[in-house]
Parts: sequence; structure tokens; C-alpha cells
Amino acid sequence: MEIVIWTVIPLCALGIVLAIILFFVAKKFKVEEDPRIDEVEACLPGANCGGCGFPGCRGLSEAVVKSGNLDGKYCPAGGNAAMSKVAAVMGLVAEEKEPMVAVVRCCGSHDKRPQTSTYDGAKTCAIAHATSSGDTACQYGCLGYGDCVAGCHFGAISINQETGLPEIDYDKCGGCGGCAKMCPRGVIEVRPRGKNDRRVYVGCINKDKGAEAMKACKAACIGCGKCAKVCPFEAITVENNVAYIDFTKCKSCRKCVAECPTGAINAVNFPPKPATPPAPKPEAQPAPAPAEATVVENNVNNN
Amino acid sequence: MIPIAQHIGAPAEPVVAKGDTVKVGQLIAKSTGFVSANIHSSVSGTVAKIEKTIDTSGYKNTCIFINVEGDEWLETIDRTPDLKTEITMSAEEIRAKIAECGIVGTGGATFPAHVKLSVPQGKKCEHLIINGVECEPYLTADHRLMLEHTEEIMVGCKIIQKATGAEKIIIGIENNKPDAIAKMTEAAKKYGITVMPLKVKYPQGGEKQLIKATVNREIPAPPALPIDVGCVVQNVGSTFAIYEAVQKNKPLFERVVTVTGKSVKSPKNILARVGTPLSHLIAAVGGLPEDTGKVVNGGPMMGKAVKSLEVPVTKGTSGVLMFKQSESVRMEENACIRCGKCVSACCMGLEPYLLKNLAKIRDFDALKEERVLDCIECGSCSFTCPAGIPITDYIRYGKATVTKILRSKK
Amino acid sequence: MAENRLAIAMSPHVHSNESVKKIMYSVVIALLPAFCVSVYFFGLNAIRVTLISIVACMAVEWLIQKFLLKGKTTIFDGSAIVTGMLLAFNVPANLDWWIIVIGAIVAIGIAKMTFGGLGNNPFNPAIVGRVFLLISFPSQMTTWPTPQPIWDIKALDAVTGPTPLGLLNEGQMVDYNYMDMFIGNMGGSLGEMSAIALLIGGIFLLIRKVITWHIPVAVLGTMAAFSAILWGVDPTKYADPLFHILAGGALLGAIYMATDMVTSPMTGKGMLVYGVGIGIITILIRTWGSYPEGMSFAILIMNALVPLINNWCKPKRFGEVVKPPKEEVKK
Repeated sequence: MEIVIWTVIPLCALGIVLAIILFFVAKKFKVEEDPRIDEVEACLPGANCGGCGFPGCRGLSEAVVKSGNLDGKYCPAGGNAAMSKVAAVMGLVAEEKEPMVAVVRCCGSHDKRPQTSTYDGAKTCAIAHATSSGDTACQYGCLGYGDCVAGCHFGAISINQETGLPEIDYDKCGGCGGCAKMCPRGVIEVRPRGKNDRRVYVGCINKDKGAEAMKACKAACIGCGKCAKVCPFEAITVENNVAYIDFTKCKSCRKCVAECPTGAINAVNFPPKPATPPAPKPEAQPAPAPAEATVVENNVNNN
Repeated sequence: MIPIAQHIGAPAEPVVAKGDTVKVGQLIAKSTGFVSANIHSSVSGTVAKIEKTIDTSGYKNTCIFINVEGDEWLETIDRTPDLKTEITMSAEEIRAKIAECGIVGTGGATFPAHVKLSVPQGKKCEHLIINGVECEPYLTADHRLMLEHTEEIMVGCKIIQKATGAEKIIIGIENNKPDAIAKMTEAAKKYGITVMPLKVKYPQGGEKQLIKATVNREIPAPPALPIDVGCVVQNVGSTFAIYEAVQKNKPLFERVVTVTGKSVKSPKNILARVGTPLSHLIAAVGGLPEDTGKVVNGGPMMGKAVKSLEVPVTKGTSGVLMFKQSESVRMEENACIRCGKCVSACCMGLEPYLLKNLAKIRDFDALKEERVLDCIECGSCSFTCPAGIPITDYIRYGKATVTKILRSKK
Repeated sequence: MAENRLAIAMSPHVHSNESVKKIMYSVVIALLPAFCVSVYFFGLNAIRVTLISIVACMAVEWLIQKFLLKGKTTIFDGSAIVTGMLLAFNVPANLDWWIIVIGAIVAIGIAKMTFGGLGNNPFNPAIVGRVFLLISFPSQMTTWPTPQPIWDIKALDAVTGPTPLGLLNEGQMVDYNYMDMFIGNMGGSLGEMSAIALLIGGIFLLIRKVITWHIPVAVLGTMAAFSAILWGVDPTKYADPLFHILAGGALLGAIYMATDMVTSPMTGKGMLVYGVGIGIITILIRTWGSYPEGMSFAILIMNALVPLINNWCKPKRFGEVVKPPKEEVKK
């Protein structure tokens, strides 16, 4: 019994002494923080993707609380829902922005873009890009070693082994641009999700002349300009032998999709078209959307 | 087909247009900056087009295509084989001539020679070191050159000495070439040049390693250059080219290329003109062997694997190697077993395993701290790695990115 | 061109013929002389223990890779075989099979695979397995059969004898015949007794460049120097240096275990520091510790310090010495 007492008492005493020390240390070194920082952070997705331009969600929260406004502070992953919550915490009005999503501007799957050489180096896009022009004849397109997968903070990208191209899970994608930053070739572009999550984009960035691009890849944009001619909204420009759809002008009518001879223009999330030949005026054409009140940040990766 | 980017630094600007007739040795692209070099036509004919086409890098770059018609040389070029030993030009004239003739380092790095030979104010060139060490295994181009053009190289040395004001000339030759050492030593006596046999060791031909081996000085970390330790290094190939430029008024448009490979019928050293497609050289040695799996422009340790055999010879093409299918496949990558072989192999005293890991996780600040910029990309670490990890690939990527970051900060 | 595609890769385009597999099997070959000696002295028991240990190590690695990690299995890269062999060499020849299997599970399962498999383990798996067994089954692990030449069949399993170090630890100074110790005719774990066989293997590894001289020389040199000082102070109380080097697992540890690539430092300088540390700790434990043999503990302790040593002992960067003062100013 004595032993028990002699062990319990000193240990308890030690515990109490240490607790007192800790208490004072904590008091002395306490960092006063605005409690709103925690509240703001709680509204954010917590993926620390850096898409806002601040070091993680905490960084954005601190910036918001410190400056007391929301100018230039927008969480692309949480979108308007998260930002309105943040605004509520701060007693401000959130600026509505179009939700963004990443798209892969390359359709050169293995069957469309034949390999011309075998790449045998380290299996990362950055190194493959620095070594040579990749194992196909296209020096612009996706290399398929998945650097973008590593750059994704939401687990939204995976490489499809059959096509050799990355596939983006649009539901998971936060539009932070982490993947676009990782891609050494600028294949991935962050674009607005579009109305009803439907969007049209050119799935190719090959700047070679038509014949050469075609030789390298059957799905290449050959810069023929047919899409630009057919577009009723002048949303499409052809520069350096590549077409580009300006998402501020595009109304998702999909005339260009039908016109493209190589199928390089992708339309996402549209209901499947009827098998019958398209009528002169497709039914799917939505009514012209009301002009967007907000300025869409231009995330175009022009290279 | 002549690419306009054949050297380190800014690419040259074409000065000919489609339809122009050119002669051998005529200037067709002009240097655009201090670190840049002129490019001359290697053939006579008409300019067919100036267009982007695939080159050694695997990417498309601007090239000047010339349809070959006859072989008409510029009259100013002295085509006699006579040896001219008398140096009449002044140091400035020599440098200007070298620049005009577009001489670059022919070892592979293709650094413009006139830049190297311009000794900056306040610095002194004590030693001129001529690199007779074959840059890489398999290559024998410099070896042949030393045997066949011994005297010319000696005169070339004297020319460079005049241009730089060097006190001493040392020619370093690896001691697996006794014939070259003997012949060069014999010839060097007349000119007061020292020939120094060196241990056979890769990368003995690296500029920094060569200075260490010959005069036992170590160049500090970049941006220090050989001149900071009082040395100027030139390759024997470049020395020969300088001789031809200064004494014979002949621009650099042809060079000796080693064409070899294990299953090549008759490996040769070929005097090839710049712009010749590799396929022509390969045809000259008996054609592409059946079992070729990889064709490399340059040496086995630092050369570039080419995507197409139509890429042209450039001023920096020291060799064309054909690897067998079995040789061209890298071994499977295993886990690093931390054996430290890469550390002991690194001639710059770096820790390749660490640099590789840092490059993999993209920690570029730490990479800079670990002195990734010191790396000379010799490839020894990848060569020695028992786990078959492409260490050099990662380090090269890391180094390139760090350089890019540093440039963007400036 | 379709089927004759050229390979594209960054330089270098050539590779030395070295591979992890070759390195591992070189270690196995280097261990064979010692194995033969142990078969000579312990007979079939030596083969039994070694085989069980190797098979158990490979099996554990395979099971974990196949069912736990669901990745590719790499049991034939030789690393599990080396671990198994070293583990067997570190236990008495009459050890029960289930104890060996437990040792293998600890060695591969806990010391190696938990950290991510080959190349990622901070501690030498074989030593972790051995130390685990030593602490868990002290009596079985320290009951050594007396070496019996193979033809001497009488009472093969019955006789157990003390080891030189065990006697030393009890305070007895015994006059051992160094020749016997050199050949291996003394009590001890399965593979650790024969100095000559271990040295032959060590020389083979040096020639094959699997190990460098740094670690063995540093370990043995330190042990000799340290024990020589003690011996000089009081020769009646402390053993002489040669005894320390020949007795116990000193050679096995210095040549095969401490030099394990994964758990030793990267640079020559670091290896020397590491070896000196092992030498000092070994003699400390042998002389004043409660265990007769300190080699395995010493190696484990120094294993833990390897990352620090790696950080501290950087190789000399090229051009560092001649760094001109203005270079400093620029930075």
C-alpha cells in the first residue's frame, strides 16, 4: 500500500506542476486571432488547393478577415455557395462568379494519334516534355504521364489507360487550376462550367499546319476555319492554325461541333442528339442567355 | 536543310530568302546577340524554303532548306591543303574572324567560340587548355582529328593564344590514345606546347574536370567561368575550326562526326557538312542495322536520342550512335536502396539521390540550396544506379526549372 | 516505321551492368563461406535454421505485397533472401522453427514493409528481428550449442556451451585459442563464428564494389582502438583487442550488417562516422552492458542516426575550396 501511495502522490504532484507551467506558457504565448478567421475557414472546402491565389484555405480566410472585403478573394472550388457563406460571416455581399471547370484540350487518344517513337525516360510529363516531343508526332498535345493527376487537389483527374488521356470528373473538379499549372504543355484550360453545366470547347492546341497536324493526329484541329464561319456569335477565332472558342461569346449552339471535320470540338453534358440528320436549326439551341452581369476572369492559357 | 539554332544562346536570324542562290560558305543566318553565332551555307544551290521542321530536340524549329546544285565555293575560301603557320592578324582581328565564321565549341555544348576567347577586363588568362579528351565513350572524332591534322591544331593553339594572351598552352589527351599523344607531343615541341596525358575517366572531357586534371584548379560554383581561375578551354575540333577560319577564311560548316554502333557494319569518322540528314551518314556506314532501337545524336552519356533519321547534322553533332534494340531499353525502375553509388559517382560532389527526390516533389528552393545548378548533367549517376532510376532525367528537369525561376526573378 | 519505332529517352543512353538483384545475390554469395563453416560445425541444424529463415522471410514479404499492399511482388530481388540469411546467422543453431518464423515476421513485416519496403526501412530488418527475438526469448536465444564437427554425431543437440563473450560478461577471463576463434570453433550464433569465412566473403564484396572499406574498417578499427585502451589500463579485467574483433558478431556485423546499403550513410565521411559510432557503442555494451554482445544494438542505434549523419556529412562540392571571397559578397 505504501508503495502505491508513494508512486501516486509524486506523479500527481508532477502532473499538477507541469499543468501549471503549461497554463502560464499558453497564456504568455497566446496569439490573439480574430475568431472570424476560423469561421470563414469553416465555410471553405478545406482542400488547400491554392486556386484562390492564397496559401491554402487558411491563407484566404486570413486575407479576407484582415482586409475586410472580398475584392479579388474568391474560392473557385467552393464557388458561389461557399463565398456567400463567407460573405454572411463577414457581413458583406458576395460577388457572383461563374463556376469554373478544367477541360483537357487534347483528344489525341492512342487510336487517333499513333505513336512514332517509344519514350523510355522517367514517367512524368515534365521530363518527357523536356526530353523530346513525346512519343507521337504531335509536339503540342497531351503526353499522358499524369502530372495533372498529381496536381489535382480534389482527386478529380485520372489517366484513362486506353486512350492515354486524362479524364476529368467534372463533379469533383473545383476549377482551381492546379492541373493546368502542372501541365508542361498547357493542354488543360480552366473554363466556366457554362449554363446547365454544358460547354463547348476545342479539344486541340496543335499549332502545326493542317496537313501536318492531321498526319500526327486524326482528331487534330487543322485550322480550317469552318467553325468560325458557321458560328453565329463570332465566338470562334482561328489563330496559329488552332481554333479557340471564346466562352464569353459562346452560346453553346453546337453548330461548330457538327461542322468540325475532325471532331476536335467537344461538347460536354448535352443530351445525345437524335440520330436523324440535324435540322437547319437544331432544337437544342438555347435561347440567348441574358448577358452576364459579372466580368469573367480570363483564364485562357494562350500559348 | 540547315537549322538556325545550332548553338547555346539566341538563335540566328536568316538573311536569305526563298529563291536566293547561295554558295558554300556563304552567310545565311546572322547572329542576334552576344552569345550567338553566324551560320553559313554548307552547300551551293537555291534556298527552297525557310520552314519549321523537326530537329534533334524532337521539336520543330526553323530551318533553311537549300536545294543542292553543284558544289560552288565562295572564292574567299582557301581550299589548298597547305599549312599556313604564320599568324598575321591581331587579337581583335582574330576574334572578329572567329565570330564572323560562326565557330562554336564542337564538343557538344556548342558555346560560341568568340565569346569564350574574349577575356573580360581585369581577368587574365594564364592557361590555355586544349581539350583532346574525347568528351564521351565511343566517340573517336577528336582522336582522328589529332592524328590527321596535328600541325593545323598546333597553329590553331597559337592563334587562340594570341587572341587570349594565354601564357601557357596545355593539351590534355586521355592515355588510351598513345598514338595521338606521341604524334601531338612530337609536333608540340616546335610550338612550345605541353601535351599532358590524362587518366581515362568519364567525364574527363568536361571543362571543369579538365581544368582540375591539368592545372589542378577548381572552378567555383556557377556563374563562375573557367576564366575566373585563369583558364580558357577549347576543344581540338574547335581549335581546328579556328585554324581554318583564321588562316583559310573558311567558316564552320563541316565537322568530323563519329558514326558507330555495335551492329554497324563499318563504323567510321565522317567529315560531314552541317545540315546533312543523319540518314545519309548512316547510309555511309552500311545502313541502319536491322536491330536498331535507338539513334543518338552525340555521345552515349549526354547525346540526344532522335525521333527521326531526317534530322540534320549541326555544329555540335559529335557522333551518331546506333543502339541495338536490347541496349536501347532502359532497365526497369526499382526502389532506391540508398547505396550511395550516385554520390560517389558524382564528379561535382553533389548528392544526386537527394536532388532527384527534391525534383520529384518539386521543391525548387531546396534544389537550389543543394546546388543543383552545379550539375554538369554528365549522366554518371543514372549510369551507375543499380536500381535503374533515371536520376539524371529528374535532376535535369530540376535544374532547368530552377534556372527558369531564377531568370524570371531577375 | 510503324514497328521500328525509335526509342526516345534522356541521356545517358548506357547503363552500368549493376542492378539491385545482382547486389543482393552478391551478398548471398559472400555469405556462403560462413554458411559452409556453420554446416561443418552444426550440421543439418545449420541448414534447417537458414532455410526456415529464408523461406519465412520471402513468404512474409510475398504475403504482405500480395494481400496487404496488393502491388507487385518483388521477393526475387534478393533482399528478402539476404535478410533471411542474416537473421539465421544471428541466432543459435538449435533454435525452434517457430521462433525463427516470428523473427522473420518482425524483420520483414515490421522492420521493412511497414516503412514502405526495400529502400525505405530506417533499421536493418535482420537486426530488428534478431533483437526482438533476443529480448522476447532470452533463454532460447542465448543457449548456444557447442560446435561439433559434422562427423562427430554423438550428442549433437545435447551439448550447449558458453560463448567467449558470455564468459567475459560474467567476469571470467578465459584464455581462448585465437586459432579456434579464427576458424570458428567456438560457441556462438550460427554464422558469426568463423572469422576467416566472413573475411573471405567481405573481400568478395569489396571486389564486387557492393561495400566500400569505410564501414568495416571504421567499426573494427574503433573497436580495436577502444578495447586496446581499456586493455592497456587493466589487462586482467578487460579483454584484448584481437579477442573483441574475433569474438561474437563483430565481423559479421561490421562486414555484412552495418554495411547494409539502405540503412547506412551515403558518403564516405558519413560512413566513417557511422562506423566509429558502432565500434564505440559495441565495446561499451560488451564491457559495461548487461548483454554480452552489443553489435546489433550498436548498429540499430547508429541506424537511427543515419539521416542526421547524411545531413551533416555532405560530400565536398566541386570548387568549394577555391571559392573566392567575392563570391560570398555576391550572395
